[in-house]
Amino acid sequence: MKELFPPKQVMGFVLSLTLTVVALSVYFLNMSFAVGMTVLLVTAFVQAGLQLVVFMHAGESEDKAAIYTNVYYGLALALITVFGTLLAMVWDM
Amino acid sequence: MDYFDRFAIPHPSPVIYASMVAIGITVLAIIAGLTYFKKWGYLWREWLTTVDHKRIGIMYLISALLMLFRGGVDAIMLRAQLSVPENKLLDAQHYNEIFSTHGVVMILFMAMPFIIALMNFVVPLQIGARDVAFPRLNALSFWLFFMGAMLFNISFVVGGSPDAGWTSYFPLAGNEFSESVGTNYYMIAIQIAGIGTLMTGINFMTTILRMRAPGMTLMKMPMFTWSSLITNLIIVFAFPVLTVTLAMGTMDRLFGTNFFTTDNGGMDMLWANLFWVWGHPEVYILILPAFGIYSEVISTFARRNLYGYKSMVASMVAISFLSFLVWAHHFFTMGQGALTNSIFSITTMAIAVPTGVKIFNWLLTLWKGKIVITTPMLYSLLFIPLFTLGGVTGVMLGMSAADYQYHNTMFLVAHFHMVIIPGVIFAMLAGLTYYWPKMFGFMLNERIGKWAAWLIAIGTLVAFMPMFFSGLDGQARRMYTYSESTGFGIYNMISFIGALVLAVGFVLIVYNIYYSTRYASRDISSDPWDARSLEWATHTPVPEYNFAILPQVNSTEALWDAKKKGHVLFKGEYEKIHMPNNSGVPFIMGCIFFAWGFSFVFGMWIPLILTTIGIFACMALRSFEKDHGRYISVEEIEETETKLRGAN
Repeated sequence: MKELFPPKQVMGFVLSLTLTVVALSVYFLNMSFAVGMTVLLVTAFVQAGLQLVVFMHAGESEDKAAIYTNVYYGLALALITVFGTLLAMVWDM
Repeated sequence: MDYFDRFAIPHPSPVIYASMVAIGITVLAIIAGLTYFKKWGYLWREWLTTVDHKRIGIMYLISALLMLFRGGVDAIMLRAQLSVPENKLLDAQHYNEIFSTHGVVMILFMAMPFIIALMNFVVPLQIGARDVAFPRLNALSFWLFFMGAMLFNISFVVGGSPDAGWTSYFPLAGNEFSESVGTNYYMIAIQIAGIGTLMTGINFMTTILRMRAPGMTLMKMPMFTWSSLITNLIIVFAFPVLTVTLAMGTMDRLFGTNFFTTDNGGMDMLWANLFWVWGHPEVYILILPAFGIYSEVISTFARRNLYGYKSMVASMVAISFLSFLVWAHHFFTMGQGALTNSIFSITTMAIAVPTGVKIFNWLLTLWKGKIVITTPMLYSLLFIPLFTLGGVTGVMLGMSAADYQYHNTMFLVAHFHMVIIPGVIFAMLAGLTYYWPKMFGFMLNERIGKWAAWLIAIGTLVAFMPMFFSGLDGQARRMYTYSESTGFGIYNMISFIGALVLAVGFVLIVYNIYYSTRYASRDISSDPWDARSLEWATHTPVPEYNFAILPQVNSTEALWDAKKKGHVLFKGEYEKIHMPNNSGVPFIMGCIFFAWGFSFVFGMWIPLILTTIGIFACMALRSFEKDHGRYISVEEIEETETKLRGAN
C-alpha cells in the first residue's frame, strides 16, 4: 500500500487541494482587498513551492544546488521587478 | 469582396506595390528553382526536418543575414529621407513604419538569430557534446523564430506595417491612435519568435549544465560557452516578461481589456515599464555572447590564454544580475521622482564596472601577446575604441539629471548604434569569419574581409558621430523631416554618406562569400587558425556526431594543451553512438503557428480556433510518439573517420 500511496505525495496532494480551496474562498467570501490579496499571495507562493518540491522533485537529484540557485535567483528578480515597478509607477510618481 | 478589404494596405505607395511584385517573383523563382533542380526532397530531408544543431545554426545564420539586409535597406531609406531638409522622399506615415520595422528587424530578427546561430553551432562543439539537450525542441525554436520573422515581414504588403516605434509605447500603440493591424503584427509576430527564444534559453542552459565532456568543470569551460550560459540564464528570466507584456497588449488591442489604456483604471506607462524590464536584460543578451566571441578571438590571435578568466566569469555573473536592476533609465523623464531616478542612475553606473573589467582583461591579454591581425582580430581590435565611444556616452545618458537634455534626441540614437554596431555586429562578423571554415570547409578571403571591416568601421563613425552633435543641438529622434533654418542639414548629409559607406561594407561581405565560395582552397586543416578550444579538435566538415570519441578535458584550453603539452584528448575505442531522428513536426508546427498568428492579427476567429487545435495536436503527437532515436554503428563511424582523415 505504501508504494501505491506514498505518504509524502498524498499529503502534498491534499495540501495543494486545500490551498486551492482557500484561494478560491477570496472570490466567494466577502473580505477586504488587503486581506484578500494577502491570502492570495501566501497561498500562491506556498502552492508553487509545494509543486516544485513534492511533485517536480526539486532537490532529489544531484542537480539540487543548480536548481535551488536558479529558483532563488528567479525569486529575487521577481521581487526586484515588482517592487521596482511599484516604486517607479506608484510610490514615487 | 468586403472580407478581403482588411488585407489592403491602408497607406499604399508605388514602392510597396513594387515590393509586392518583387516578393511574388522571388517566391515563384524559388519554387521554380527547387522544382527544376529537383531539390524539394533534399530540402525536406536535409534541412526542413533536421534536428542537427549545426544545420539549425546555419539556418539561423542565413535568416540573420537576410534580415540584416532587410533592416539595412530600411536604414538607408531613413537616412536618405533625412539627408536634406524638407525632403519629400518619404511621407510621415512611411517614415514611421520604416523606423519601427528597422528597430524590430535589427534587434529581434537579425541580432538575436545571429547570436543564436553562433551559439547553436559552437557551444555543443566547444563542450564536447554530440548535440544539444533537446534537439527537437531546438528545431522547433528555430521554426518559431523563423515564422515569427516572416509574419512580421509580410506586414508591409498585407494589412500595413507597425508604425508605433520598435518600443511600441502605449497609448500610441493602442487602438485609438494605431488603427491599422500593423501593431497587431508587432504583438503577435514577436510573441511567436519570443516563445522560440525562450525554448532556446532552456535548451542551452540544460545543455551546458548537463552535457559537458568528462573533466570539463564549470570553471574549465571556454569563455564563449560561459557567456552563452549567462545569456541563456538572462533569456529564461527576461523573456517571460515580454511574453506577458505582449499578451496584455494583444488583449488591449483585440479583446477590449484596459491594461494600458488611459482610462478605466488602465496605466499606459506600465507598458514602457514592463517593456524595459525585458528590454534592458535583452541588451545584455545581445552583448554577452559578443563578448564571448571577442574573448575567443583575442586569445587565439594574441597567442595567449585569456587574462583573468575568473574575473571574466565573475563580471558576467554580476552583469546578469545588474542587468535586471537598471530598466528605469530608459524613461527617466516619464515623471517619477528624484529618488527613483537616483537609484536607477547609480545601478546604471555600477554596471559599467564589470564591463570595464572585461575591457581591461582583453587589453591585458593583448599585452605582450604575439598578435596576428586576421579579419576576426581586426574586428575585435576596432571594437575596443569604437565601443568605448558608445559606452562613455552611455554613462552620460545614465546621469538622470543630464538625461533630460539628451532624452529622445539623436544623441540617444547615436549612443545605442555606437554600442550595438561595434559591440554586437562587429562580434558577429568576427565570429562569422572565424567559424566560417568550420561551418563550410573553406576560409573567407582575408583581403576582402579586411576591406569590409575597415569600411564598416569608418562607415559607423561617419554615420553616427554627427548624430551626437545634431542631438545636442536639439534634433529629436523619429522626426521625418526638419526645416533648413535648424542647421541640421549638414550633419544629416554626413550621416547619409556614412550609411552608404556601411552599405558598401556589407555588400563587400556578400561579395566575399561569393568570391571565396568560388575560388577559396578546400584544402584546409580542421584547425586553420591554430586555435585553443575543442570545436577545432574535430574534423572539418564536422561529422553529424561531432566527436567519434568524447574528449577528456583537464584545462580551459583543451586543444592547446593537446597540441603543446601532449595531453591526450581522445582515449578509448569507438562505440556505437546514439543520435536523435529527424522530424517534420517542428516545421509543420511552425507553419501552423504562422497561420495562427496571421488569423490572430486580422481577428479571424474560426481559423484561429482551428490552428490552435492544430498546435495542440502537434504537441499531443509528440507526447504519445515513441521515438527512441537511432544508433550509428562502429563500422559506420570508422568509415566516416577514415574518409575525413583522408580529406585533411
